[in-house]
Amino acid sequence: MSDASTSYTLILDDVEVQAFPGETLWQVAKRAGETIPHLCFKDAPGYRADGNCRACMVEVEEERVLAASCIREAAPGMVVRSAGSARVQEARRSVLELLLADQPERAESPDRASHLWKLADELAIDVSSVRQRLPARSERNEPTVHHVAPRSDALAHARGQDSSHSAMSVDLDACITCGLCERACREVQGNDVIGLAHRGAASKVVFDFDDPMGDSTCVACGECVQACPTGALMPATLIDGQGRGDSAMADRTVDSVCPYCGVGCQLTYHVKDEPAPAESKTGAQRGRILFVEGKDGPSNQGRLCVKGRFGFDYPSHPARLTRPLIRREGVPKGLDPDFDPANPLTHFREASWEEALDLAASGLTQLKAQHSPDALAGFGSAKCSNEEAWLFQKLVRTGFGSNHVDHCTRLCHASSVAALMECLGSGAVTASFMQALEADVVILTGCNPAVNHPVAATYFKQAARNGTKLIIIDPRGQALDAYAWRSLRFSPGGDVALFNAMLNVIIDEALYDQAYIDAHTEGFEALAASVADMSPEVMSTLCGVEPETIREVARAYAGVDRAMIFWGMGISQHVHGTDNARCLISLALTCGHTGRPGTGLHPLRGQNNVQGASDAGLIPMVLPDYQPVGDAQLRAAFEELWDTALDPEPGLTVVEIMDAITAGTIKGMYILGENPAMSDPDLTHARAALAALEHLVVQDLFVTETAQFADVILPAAAWSEKSGTVTNTNRQVQMGRAALSPPGEAKPDWWIIQEIARRFGLGWVYDGPEQVFAEMKQGMHSLDHITWSRLEREGSVTYPCPADDAPGQDVVFSDAFPRAGGRARFSPTRPLPPDEPVDEAYPIVLTTGRLLEHWHTGAMTRRSRVLEEREPEAAAYLAPAELDRMGVTSGNDIQITTRRGTITLTARADQTMPEGMVFVPFAFVEAAANLLTNPALDPFGKIPEFKYAACRLSPA
Amino acid sequence: MRADVKKVKPRRASARGRQLDPDTLSELRNIIGDERIDSTLRRRDRLIEHLHALQDVYGYLSMPRLRALASFMNLPMAAIYETATFYAHFDVIHDEQTPPPKLTLRVCDSLSCRLAGAVALHQALADGADPEAVRVTRAPCMGRCDTAPVVSVGHHHVLNANIRNVEAAVERGQVQPEEVSWQRLSEYRSAGGYQLLADCRESRVSIELLAKELEHAGLRGLGGAGFPTFRKWQAVRAEPGPRYAVINADEGEPGTFKDRYYLEREPHVFLEGALVSAWAVEAKALYIYLRDEYPGLHRVLREAIAELESAAIVEQGFVILRRGAGAYICGEESALIESLEGKPGKPRLRPPFVAQRGLFGQPTLVNNVETVYWIPRIHAQGAEWFASQGRHGRRGLRSFSVSGRVARPGVHVAPAGITLNELIEEYCGGMAVGHRLLAYLPGGASGGILPASKADIPLDFDTLQEHGCFIGSAAVIVLSDQDDLAAAASNLLGFFADESCGQCTPCRVGTEKMLTLLERDTWDEQTLQQLARVMADASICGLGQAAPNPVLSLLRDFRSELASSNLIAKG
Repeated sequence: MSDASTSYTLILDDVEVQAFPGETLWQVAKRAGETIPHLCFKDAPGYRADGNCRACMVEVEEERVLAASCIREAAPGMVVRSAGSARVQEARRSVLELLLADQPERAESPDRASHLWKLADELAIDVSSVRQRLPARSERNEPTVHHVAPRSDALAHARGQDSSHSAMSVDLDACITCGLCERACREVQGNDVIGLAHRGAASKVVFDFDDPMGDSTCVACGECVQACPTGALMPATLIDGQGRGDSAMADRTVDSVCPYCGVGCQLTYHVKDEPAPAESKTGAQRGRILFVEGKDGPSNQGRLCVKGRFGFDYPSHPARLTRPLIRREGVPKGLDPDFDPANPLTHFREASWEEALDLAASGLTQLKAQHSPDALAGFGSAKCSNEEAWLFQKLVRTGFGSNHVDHCTRLCHASSVAALMECLGSGAVTASFMQALEADVVILTGCNPAVNHPVAATYFKQAARNGTKLIIIDPRGQALDAYAWRSLRFSPGGDVALFNAMLNVIIDEALYDQAYIDAHTEGFEALAASVADMSPEVMSTLCGVEPETIREVARAYAGVDRAMIFWGMGISQHVHGTDNARCLISLALTCGHTGRPGTGLHPLRGQNNVQGASDAGLIPMVLPDYQPVGDAQLRAAFEELWDTALDPEPGLTVVEIMDAITAGTIKGMYILGENPAMSDPDLTHARAALAALEHLVVQDLFVTETAQFADVILPAAAWSEKSGTVTNTNRQVQMGRAALSPPGEAKPDWWIIQEIARRFGLGWVYDGPEQVFAEMKQGMHSLDHITWSRLEREGSVTYPCPADDAPGQDVVFSDAFPRAGGRARFSPTRPLPPDEPVDEAYPIVLTTGRLLEHWHTGAMTRRSRVLEEREPEAAAYLAPAELDRMGVTSGNDIQITTRRGTITLTARADQTMPEGMVFVPFAFVEAAANLLTNPALDPFGKIPEFKYAACRLSPA
Repeated sequence: MRADVKKVKPRRASARGRQLDPDTLSELRNIIGDERIDSTLRRRDRLIEHLHALQDVYGYLSMPRLRALASFMNLPMAAIYETATFYAHFDVIHDEQTPPPKLTLRVCDSLSCRLAGAVALHQALADGADPEAVRVTRAPCMGRCDTAPVVSVGHHHVLNANIRNVEAAVERGQVQPEEVSWQRLSEYRSAGGYQLLADCRESRVSIELLAKELEHAGLRGLGGAGFPTFRKWQAVRAEPGPRYAVINADEGEPGTFKDRYYLEREPHVFLEGALVSAWAVEAKALYIYLRDEYPGLHRVLREAIAELESAAIVEQGFVILRRGAGAYICGEESALIESLEGKPGKPRLRPPFVAQRGLFGQPTLVNNVETVYWIPRIHAQGAEWFASQGRHGRRGLRSFSVSGRVARPGVHVAPAGITLNELIEEYCGGMAVGHRLLAYLPGGASGGILPASKADIPLDFDTLQEHGCFIGSAAVIVLSDQDDLAAAASNLLGFFADESCGQCTPCRVGTEKMLTLLERDTWDEQTLQQLARVMADASICGLGQAAPNPVLSLLRDFRSELASSNLIAKG
């Protein structure tokens, strides 16, 4: 676009201006310094101009009527009049007057600082004189459009006033039917809820079938609120009891990154400062986040989902920890049903930082002294910053003296990383999810992005609308099926069989890319031999997909120029999780679908910083940047950097650590921001292990289920209260910035880790994350050319990055793979049954996961008002036929029993569920799904089989 | 266990939002067909056809059925709802609303019918009807203005309606369209019909030759825009294929009924012209969009197309007949295309023009019924014959739909350029008894209003601009000294406000405000003029741009009349 050789000129208000092909007159004017008034046009990525409000009219010479500049493409030699034309000025004013005639009084309006009111100011429109000249709609006795039957005043959304939604407030009196919300909902986010119904003056924004917003299929992404130029759609937090609001009441804004999933959406906090409370020692201004807007980051372009936009208030929940706590003498460790996290002083007593830190550290150092370094272990967190992950693993490695450090990656993508390391020599994605827009075919398997990576899902939907064939391979149905070219619903656990059958077709029909295989891979013959007997006909019985469908999909994937594979925990959380990922890698390598735009392998990472925490070395078998601890040469570099001898033995993984506690070898733990008392498989066993620890230090925002086993609880700062970098699923390192100061005495995690380290005798003197980042760069080549100041400036840089002034690589491994010889390796697999197949006693497959509203164990999301109101209760999701068979009506309680436990919860009919399966989200402590799950591990990734356990159902 | 998390909401038994009822979906499949077998049933452009099918069977569209249709079509609920609520002929009934009674009487309230007493008739019918059994509602022009007033009883139109003949039709249960007697294929062929099409296809007539003929004849778009037909062909042909041909049979301009006139008599002449046009642009398919107010013609065309298919003159499925659903705006070509695609009929912004990006985003030739009707006749009788028909320096023939205060209303095929006085005297048998010419609308609701003093100007494209008017589809409505001009203007603005698609501000809000201003006891001339300017300058399509015309005409040419009724100040 900026190629000057293709530019041309036109005349705008008698001045010659430059324009580029494809630009609209509005864009040309903007570059020339004039922002033409606009309402229905949003100058943001993904928003199509619609030209309906007519506020941006210009005069084009030799044309009879005026033209909407937002949508009118410029052309060479055009003569255009804008601000310089009285006719244009009058038209713009008249349009504004028509829109203002029926607006609520400004002081009464849902947003007195709306774009519409600002534009009225800009055009100096006197609204009272407008109301004198133009009759109000209320003057009419009957509507102008006759075929619309009026709706009852008894409805929840009568007359367009709708407060049925916990996150957003609707006031259609302020609506100008510009359709931005519709485009936001349907085209930008692809959530497909908002419509513009009826016609003429009866035109109306509707949700589904003109249902109350809160009862509609709205997923509360809030894109419509962000787009609305009038305040007709507003964050509910900004609206008072009389329906009035002001979007400009924030004192300041802070740009940061979303604290939830691995997409890494950039956002802007709108903060209202509040005077320091009287009890505050620091006197720091605290402030309150009023609302959140999406920022134009590389992975979200202004988009957010319900969690990122509305789940920002958990740090101010009444149960928030503000002072260190020490367990009261004689209080047994465990989950006490009478314990109230908002009132923890029944079981714990408050302590000063000094006392709490001394006790926390001395408990650990004593155990180390009494036993050995192997008596201690630490769980870091994928929710903290890169710098904090670095410090935590450094503490364990140099202070604890072992490699027993792990984090939740073990429970999500450890098997994917194992397979990627083995086959490609790198554990990260080979291409960002934005590359889906360049692909001809996209396979989504074992993932449900509309729920777990909602903003990434918007790009998959956009790709599908542009003609990319989406192939969804999953036992469960999902929202994205509506956009899919094919949806394959295979039998749970049949994935390896299905993928091998696809490989069989590709090899049998010679659809593979011989040149690519020759140039970039090794071991193809072994793969070919291995899949030779796994024809679609043979595998069909194992995976439940028709042979012809397998062939069709295999041909579609292999037959196009560009194809990508995305996967989630449906792939990784199996005892054959690594085999699953190996199959996907084989598919890509066989067809040459890596290393080019629109191709690649992408495990969708689950937590905001699981990529960064893994990169930073929160993994027991590798040092930062995946450098094996057993490699003396690599280890020596870190020994030099840290001036400490390091343990050459790989440490234990999450589930292994729990087993080691039970076995009595591990006796003390430091757990930062992890919640194994909810997230580990077979919770009865895991909780017993936690209770058996002689000393447990937990650092978190709340007294989590895990903290209820702690000896010392250290109150940490929430994400919005601290600064640091995080790395998302696309390998984008991004800058998070503190919007608020922590409440009470809560401290940033890096500070607390450093205090513990000092008490281990480590002389750390970091004064903040910037210094830590500088140290990281010395041990991690992945951060080359990415500096703190660059991140502060640019907000986001993708690694690997070739130069200080160049963008990072969105697509990697075009020439060579980071393995010896530069070749990727095929790793053949054979189908294996699940660890615990269904049988007569336990005939139903139990699978677990997340909900759109509830993230991980719910520690944050269940303390966010909107998220908790949207999904307040534990439910089991079942096919309607499965409920019928049980004789249970949807909405009633059922019991789910596995060999490890029983939970009772509401049954919810779900038309996307296959029969013979039940889905339970693991965020609800009152019916903790992980009481039921099978702790059997994948032998390579050591990841438990969360996605398959045999269970039985009964009415409660 | 976690006491700090309090339960706030009652249990939800299903996913959020309306859930599909599988039984309703099965019912739907019995009516529409099984989309799992025939995936073309899922095509978005079939949506309006499906809505018609459900409306026809059940008499209304319920929420559960629309929900099932969303699953059937794999469309968002909002997309189904937008389309269903846009069109007046769909009764969208919410869960809390009562379905309409079995029978609907629609009383035409467009100007010609109003002049013939439609308001009183509506009142009388409403008073006499049992609301449980019959719904009486108003409706825009039904294209039968020569027999005003008109009432539709179900799909049956009662002409020259009065309380007796309407009630008689209700009693007889006469709800099906009236029989039409039309020229069958065999008759048309024995008179030489489809020879031109055969000659075109077999290269005996070249596209260049035919285009020359049309150019020479001066054939122009007779839907109202008057764009030279041969040039439209050229524009579409210049774009890369695949291309489509579309016939606009949605004549809805109040006062217009000429297309119905031709289709009822000689549908095959029209079809041959349409097929030649499709041939001219090498169209992939020919779509005919017929207004829903012409249900009798729907049957005629269906049968005529079937005749062509069984005679192997066209391939099965090449000609696709689609039903409108009660929206005047769909007579606008890009709105019509949106409607063909199953969407609300909202006009597109231009450029790009439909010749560049029309139906399904492809180059599309859109022609009016009458325009293509003339093609076989011009070829048979010669371009010169057609061109030589004009008067007062104009060329060609025009089909005037004349209604209002004349003795013989109807379609009168007369020379282009004829004056109103000549038209009334030579073709309409003079004014109706007891009426003296006061004003006339030369081009339906949109074309403005001219005073009797301007009844001697030639009526044709291009001749009325200087008088602030246009001929459009040549729908001439004649008003007399017994008619109320201000009421006429309100009626016309009411029509536009009802039919505005609602897309752009000047039209959506402007028509409503203008109507309200007109209904006041005095007119705020300055505000009306300002409104008129923004509507004309800034509306997306012709509806909003032309909607102020009646008001502007009155303020220009009828000031004394307005002053004498105290609407504006005297002088």
